[in-house]
Amino acid sequence: MAYKIIASSCTACSACEPECPNVAIREKSGTYIIDPNKCTECEGQFDSPQCVAVCPVDGTVIKA
Amino acid sequence: MQGETAYIGIKEIKPLARIAEPNGCRTTGGDGKSGCDSKSGSADVPEHIWDKIKNHPCYSEEAHHHYARMHVAVAPACNIQCNYCNRKYDCANESRPGVVSERLTPEQASKKVLAVASAIPQMTVLGIAGPGDPLANPEKTFRTFELISKKAPDIKLCLSTNGLALPGLMDRIVQYNIDHVTITINMVDPEIGQHIYPWIFWNHRRWAGLDAAKIIHEHQMEGLEMLTARGILAKINSVMIPGINDAHLIEVNREVKKRGAFLHNIMPLISSPEHGTVFGLNGQRGPTAHELKALQDQCEEGAMNVMRHCRQCRADAVGLLGEDRSGEFSTDTIEAMDVKYDLDARRVYHELVEEQRDARLAARQDALAGLDGEASDIRILVAVATKGEGRINEHFGHAGEFQIYELSTAGAKFVGHRRVDLYCQGGYGDEDALPSVVRAINDCHAVMVAKIGGCPSDELRDAGIDPVEDYAHELIEQSAIAYFKEYLAAVKSGQIEHQARGDAAIRQGAYIAAA
Repeated sequence: MAYKIIASSCTACSACEPECPNVAIREKSGTYIIDPNKCTECEGQFDSPQCVAVCPVDGTVIKA
Repeated sequence: MQGETAYIGIKEIKPLARIAEPNGCRTTGGDGKSGCDSKSGSADVPEHIWDKIKNHPCYSEEAHHHYARMHVAVAPACNIQCNYCNRKYDCANESRPGVVSERLTPEQASKKVLAVASAIPQMTVLGIAGPGDPLANPEKTFRTFELISKKAPDIKLCLSTNGLALPGLMDRIVQYNIDHVTITINMVDPEIGQHIYPWIFWNHRRWAGLDAAKIIHEHQMEGLEMLTARGILAKINSVMIPGINDAHLIEVNREVKKRGAFLHNIMPLISSPEHGTVFGLNGQRGPTAHELKALQDQCEEGAMNVMRHCRQCRADAVGLLGEDRSGEFSTDTIEAMDVKYDLDARRVYHELVEEQRDARLAARQDALAGLDGEASDIRILVAVATKGEGRINEHFGHAGEFQIYELSTAGAKFVGHRRVDLYCQGGYGDEDALPSVVRAINDCHAVMVAKIGGCPSDELRDAGIDPVEDYAHELIEQSAIAYFKEYLAAVKSGQIEHQARGDAAIRQGAYIAAA
């Protein structure tokens, strides 16, 4: 029950970080990571996972 | 949710005084209006507007010869996807593709601005233009403005946005005294917009197709009306995409003018397969120099100020438009600097620049007077090699770009610039580069330079372009008009026969000066 960010595709644009309703995303050594313990896949919060919807590079945020 | 958008009625908006009127903001008199600077400086523009644009290189063509700007890349996130942009390689319209900008924190950016403004006293404008959308990064963007406005109150602040988040952040734009805002508006018809914007992220979800285009269109129009109502100068950037929105940009021009936009900047699409953009990969071409100029001329006929000196610069560019000194100010260099911001020294320098500027304007007037009594329908373009101060002061081989002036009996009018590969590489002419230079200025009758070697001179003559070094280090307009008088005289005496030139190619790739 969590998403993850493929570091090699991530442009580190930071768009996902403020969109996460669970404050699960943070920067780590030049890329962004999702804390699987905090990620809810936005279930019950939004229609779609916010990080996936806002990410400019499709296929970068995927199910863990 | 689109229905919730509250429009300001057109009638409720006060037009910016006079600027949209036919005589509002012109250069050379007659039909030769250009950019938004006036023939005598401030005379044709209301005082409060002149104060805002006189030192802004992007808003005044005339100012761009004298003043510099810088961008700080504090805003990496974006809230929309454009078919001419691939975020994996940064935005093609803001950065040289493949080069990722050095991203800065607001604190680093503020220090960089102070360091640059101290080292380059012509630097009068700070813009935030990405590499994403500044208003998709409101905390970083406004924190940067806050820090800079405290320490360098004489620097003008501006930002460039796609407009999606603009209406919602208007109060903060006012709060930080941002008096120049650029909105990129590529369409006023969602049917066309859906071919430019594959998706947007708005109100916690991704919108695609017509829905996306409709939302962004409504926000752009609302944002523009709000800027106008608040007296904030709005520049509209439009990317010209042949076959998609080229003819439609006339309508865009009409709509943004109606809503009080001050300046319209129509830029050629930058599109190469290696940029990895949708347009790059599907072979969408950019306009030719002739197509771009024809559209700009057409928009200008509607009495709208048209910007032609845009260099589509990087989101971290530093320097005069057309030069990039960002390499001198890396984060490490800045960190090691002990910056003292000297407001007085800057003021003294600016007074000097103003003297130069007045001399240039006076010379332009004198030269224009020399054209009185000339009657001819002939119009020619000339390419000029310059490194600033409004003078022909660059060698042919060292020019990374040429400025293009249209000459007629109405005077010399700046109509654009052409980026070229350097001909001179370490003291030797690069024969491979010359054909690309010729292609870039192929619509010109002459190229005016400080100096040029024998070989390129011969090749230019063969291509029908007259290499002119008689006006080395002289003022551009004055010299161009003098050259034009000689040209007319030679035509009249039968010494030469006036012939039309062909089209020219716009070099692909955003502007970055070669180091």
